[in-house]
Amino acid sequence: MNELYVAKSPAIAARTLGDEAIIMSTLDSTLFSLNPTGTVIWEAADGKTPLSRIIEDKVCAEFDVSIVQASADAKDFIDKLVEHGILCVSDRPIPEKETS
Amino acid sequence: MQPPQYENSYEIIIEIGGVAIALLTIDAGLVSVLEKRYGAYVAPDAIPDLVFRVDVVSPDVFDPDADAEVWLQGNDWHLKRGDFWAEWNPETRLGRVRQSVNPYSIDSVLRIVHTLLLAKSGGFLLHASSAVRDGKAFLFSGLSEAGKTTMARLAPADVALLTDEASYVRKVGTSYLAYGTPFAGELGEPGKNISAPIAGLYFLEKARENQIVQIEPPQAVQRLMRNILFFAQDANLVRMVFESACAFVAAVPVFQLSFFPDQRVWELIG
Repeated sequence: MNELYVAKSPAIAARTLGDEAIIMSTLDSTLFSLNPTGTVIWEAADGKTPLSRIIEDKVCAEFDVSIVQASADAKDFIDKLVEHGILCVSDRPIPEKETS
Repeated sequence: MQPPQYENSYEIIIEIGGVAIALLTIDAGLVSVLEKRYGAYVAPDAIPDLVFRVDVVSPDVFDPDADAEVWLQGNDWHLKRGDFWAEWNPETRLGRVRQSVNPYSIDSVLRIVHTLLLAKSGGFLLHASSAVRDGKAFLFSGLSEAGKTTMARLAPADVALLTDEASYVRKVGTSYLAYGTPFAGELGEPGKNISAPIAGLYFLEKARENQIVQIEPPQAVQRLMRNILFFAQDANLVRMVFESACAFVAAVPVFQLSFFPDQRVWELIG
């Protein structure tokens, strides 16, 4: 399976308050609130760190969840954010200029 | 700033939230309508921060069904709706409005212009009633029918109403002030032209019993964003408003106020 890289879309405004990220699409002003697990992935989505490493080093390290389960949950979560245009995903590192 | 001179024009200066906007028009009828509409917010001696020339045109030139649109083109903001066109340059601080003789079009132009000005300074217009008690301002927000006007109607005599519709929130230093506005809702009355530091924001919900519960910042930001008035299709402005909402929630306590609609609810406020 190919490695995946995730990065925040440039068309958002976001703030993490406590352990929840609030994200706003600047395209249509839609608001999203992420749970603590989603927030960990969101904060680590720098376009350079492979998703597998985010899951292993961040999600599984902070939450009581297996890599298999965390990977499946992360895929659903990322699909939804990509669908709303607030997260970019690629099979290669995403240059910073495309995300900021 | 020194307003430009237009031949035989009348001037009316409307000051809201400490921002004075001069309207110049050759139509005496419009001036009369606006003086009546804005009452205590007419500030003939204020030095205008912005100047708009208002041209009165026939209502026939507009598409009455057109929704409000606000966009930045070059350096100019453009405002358009079924009853007006307007443009405004933030650098020159000059603008132009075309509308028919009515108080509603300029009211909408003023609301939109103030949202644009406030966004750049950390403030916002909030869909909320607000009032001052003992030198502190309290904001009551929520969707339609949540109780904004009800809270205003139930206010006891020691409470000064700032608005029952659109609350004016300005960031001054690290504090937030609420100002009175002439923007009225169901009450049909302009608010008192005063300001005070904001002591709390309450999201309203009618209930059988009165209860106040503090809202955690993430939920507070979400609810606040749903009720901030902004009209522009502009990504930078959306970012500014979002950042303003986050900063406000960090500085001002935000509550859920479930209330039974009678005077006892005001025993909890202040």
